[in-house]
Amino acid sequence: MEDVRKIKVKYMVEKDDFMRAGQASSNIKKILKKLGLDSQILRRVAIATYEAEMNIIIHSEGGFIELEIHPDKIRINVEDNGPGIKDIDLAMKAGYSTAPNKIRELGFGAGMGLPNIKRCCDEFNIKSSLGEYTRLELLIYNK
Amino acid sequence: MTLREIQELLDAEILCGWEFLDKKIESVFASDLMSDVLAFANEKTLLLTGLVNAHTIRTAEMLDISAIVFVRGKKPDEETLELAKENKMVIMSTKHIMYVSSGILYTNNLKGASLPKK
Repeated sequence: MEDVRKIKVKYMVEKDDFMRAGQASSNIKKILKKLGLDSQILRRVAIATYEAEMNIIIHSEGGFIELEIHPDKIRINVEDNGPGIKDIDLAMKAGYSTAPNKIRELGFGAGMGLPNIKRCCDEFNIKSSLGEYTRLELLIYNK
Repeated sequence: MTLREIQELLDAEILCGWEFLDKKIESVFASDLMSDVLAFANEKTLLLTGLVNAHTIRTAEMLDISAIVFVRGKKPDEETLELAKENKMVIMSTKHIMYVSSGILYTNNLKGASLPKK
């Protein structure tokens, strides 16, 4: 019989919250580890959620990361409350960054975030509306 | 190479994780840019960095990196070390600069981390 169980968790991420940066991703990783997920897949989810979490903290007005764990795939929904991305193609370009210097001093803002998220996912979908939101729909297959 | 050998080669001070010094390391990634670490490093990799803050530990945690050497005598604060302890990491601090630390490890046959295929 097909396993139809689904686990859903949601983490709110605050703008500029560098103190707690990484906590959501860390919790997500711990949950998936407990569920016995393959370590390679675990790493891909961890990298994608961590980059997304940093993006919300650095670039947005705050948002959330939502994780849906299906038997055969992990769905990650990320959404923030703006300001939106003007040129998505440019934002997807490795090395392009709008991060200020204080972010670079923390070791981020190299313009690798979105390309790195995409690299970790089997399906990657980005939508953005200026002044409203940026939304990521990510899928990582479990095997 | 074990972390104990690396500690000796770099004449490094161990800040936490004494109990894990027998762990084996296969490659090294040296960078101050966590974005690059996230993009390129893999597990069983030693991270060599001059960036001492909690984000270094978080980044390592996401990648299952279990050992970090801070260069140029840098040491993280207590809070950051606590996070490392929670994640069962080995944290060391060496007086050597990044270039020299890398050189020492490289000449002792530790390879650079290989870039991902995908």
